[in-house]
Amino acid sequence: MSQHAARFVLLHTRSAYQSLLERAAQHYRERPEATAVVFVPVGNAPHRLISYREFFDNAARYAETLRGIGIGRHDLAILVMDHSEALLYAFWGALMLGAMPSIFPFLSDKLDPTIYFERVRLLISHSGAKVVIASAQYAESLAALNTGVPIVSESALQPSEGAPQFNFEVRGEDIAFLQHSSGTTGLQKGVALSHGAVLNQIASYSEAIRLREDDCIVSWLPLYHDMGLIAAFVLPLVQGIPLVLISPHHWVRDPKVMLHAISQYRGTLCWLPNFAYNFLAQRVRDNALEGVSLASMRAFINCSEPMRADSHRQFAARYAPYGVKPEMLATCYAMAENTFAVTQGGIDSLPNIDLISREALSTQHIARPAVEGELAIEMLSCGTPIPNCEIQIVDEARQPLPERHVGEVAVRSDSMLSGYYRRPDLTEQAMFNGWYLTGDYGYIANGELYITGRKKDLIIVGGKNIYPQDLEAIANEVKGVKAGRTVAFGVEDERLGTESIVMVCEAETDDEDERFEIARQVRMRVAQETDVTLGDVYIVDAKWLLKTSSGKIARGANREKYLRERNAQT
Amino acid sequence: MSAEIREAVRTFILNHILRRPNYKLGDDDSLIKGGLMDSFSLVEVQLFIEETYGFRPDDVDMTVEKMDTVRMIADYVAARC
Repeated sequence: MSQHAARFVLLHTRSAYQSLLERAAQHYRERPEATAVVFVPVGNAPHRLISYREFFDNAARYAETLRGIGIGRHDLAILVMDHSEALLYAFWGALMLGAMPSIFPFLSDKLDPTIYFERVRLLISHSGAKVVIASAQYAESLAALNTGVPIVSESALQPSEGAPQFNFEVRGEDIAFLQHSSGTTGLQKGVALSHGAVLNQIASYSEAIRLREDDCIVSWLPLYHDMGLIAAFVLPLVQGIPLVLISPHHWVRDPKVMLHAISQYRGTLCWLPNFAYNFLAQRVRDNALEGVSLASMRAFINCSEPMRADSHRQFAARYAPYGVKPEMLATCYAMAENTFAVTQGGIDSLPNIDLISREALSTQHIARPAVEGELAIEMLSCGTPIPNCEIQIVDEARQPLPERHVGEVAVRSDSMLSGYYRRPDLTEQAMFNGWYLTGDYGYIANGELYITGRKKDLIIVGGKNIYPQDLEAIANEVKGVKAGRTVAFGVEDERLGTESIVMVCEAETDDEDERFEIARQVRMRVAQETDVTLGDVYIVDAKWLLKTSSGKIARGANREKYLRERNAQT
Repeated sequence: MSAEIREAVRTFILNHILRRPNYKLGDDDSLIKGGLMDSFSLVEVQLFIEETYGFRPDDVDMTVEKMDTVRMIADYVAARC
């Protein structure tokens, strides 16, 4: 932090701006030479310092090209790209027209390209997309899908002529962009966010994190996920804060790159999913950190998967010699349906740790402070709601519950989704009297939110949402698996600081070699179709799996049974 | 030499990454594309090579294309020892 008094950055009056474009145009006009983005390429190539002028001139080339093929306001553009500068420009280029960009999850090494492009085809057809913007290397595969939708890639761009045009007809209620999570289930639910909602989130969240003019955001997060898209892409561009951007694939391979970037650019803010604290604490050597200082940081903000106090402790201890202090560790509870953040903790003071009774939680669903000698669970606070956002805990009948009672977290704010795109049925299911029902279980104590678990069938690994039904559908297709007799669930992996996914499959055979081959096929197919690495594939006899009274496979009960058997084996 | 390295790599992966010492891991079984380990684990493989064989594999070599099987990893090490 600099010694002189830097001003806090706020969108002073929410009504001052109708759209994200007005803010972008203002930066272009008033501070064209300021650095918007530092793009860190893979390998040893020099970093690219991109000014606002260059950024929006490049984005305008996409806008002009799209306009040239008849794309305009309210049209959906799907971005099938890798992490690249072009992705940044394509996203803002579509926005500048008043079109709605949506970033498709990246193709990884593991995914089968045929299945990946088939998912793109399905999304194009059910979303009514008007154009696909593609990285050059995907253009051919996308053209082969014969969707009838034009495909634009970098080589087709028009040279830019004159100053970029920002569409100022765009109104606050217009949809700015869609966010999809990956997998067959996630792709059905495009979270549609309006310009007004995104501006409100940025205003509220900037206040919650005390955003300052001299802040600098460093990120390796993928831009198809809310944490990367909002906190580490849209927010800095709109607020005029420099963003140092690293490829997620690069960071996975070489995690120290993030620490060097913080040191080099005096980074102050960085958002990370919980597993990244463990990963960074365990897998970076001292000899890779020569000359690194992390003392410029204001906050490492833990978000997007269950947070663990132990991950914070590991990280703080590992990087204390490099300037990390416990007060830099912050927490956040966020979801795409609220644009991003719902609560923020740890900015003005350390995030609270609440020690609660394990027994009271499991038997009475009450988060009672543990008494001495009792088995306790350590809960890390998500903090308090950001401005213009309310939370409440509700029971099954959607009635509010008192403090320290565990129920479903409901959210109401001025930054909520307009709806799931073209899915009013799903929107209606998720809403109740203006409240969004998050599907997360939690409790409130002294105004702070604590998350205890999930109601919805969702597994979160490394910040990525995974729907178990997608994995079960894949396993059901594997030869030798009894059709319909599979279950997927998450189990805690303390070492990795995230969940590990387990699949239990009933086999038609008891031959050990055949069972081994079934497990191998399940792992491979799941990896190629969903990019998920299974922690364990447990092949069992017929009738092993427990069903609910309504005849469905019971994920919770089977998880307990699995844990009992596996623990007995070790 | 190569066979020894293959055994050492296999033992490391089984004990420290998969944490399933009895898993039948073949020389040519695809580790990442086969869904046995995720690409985060390549950083562990890199540290293992550095500690065991005294050289640090180049970051750009730690990819699925170059390190997806026990044999590929062992051959990479053997070529540089």
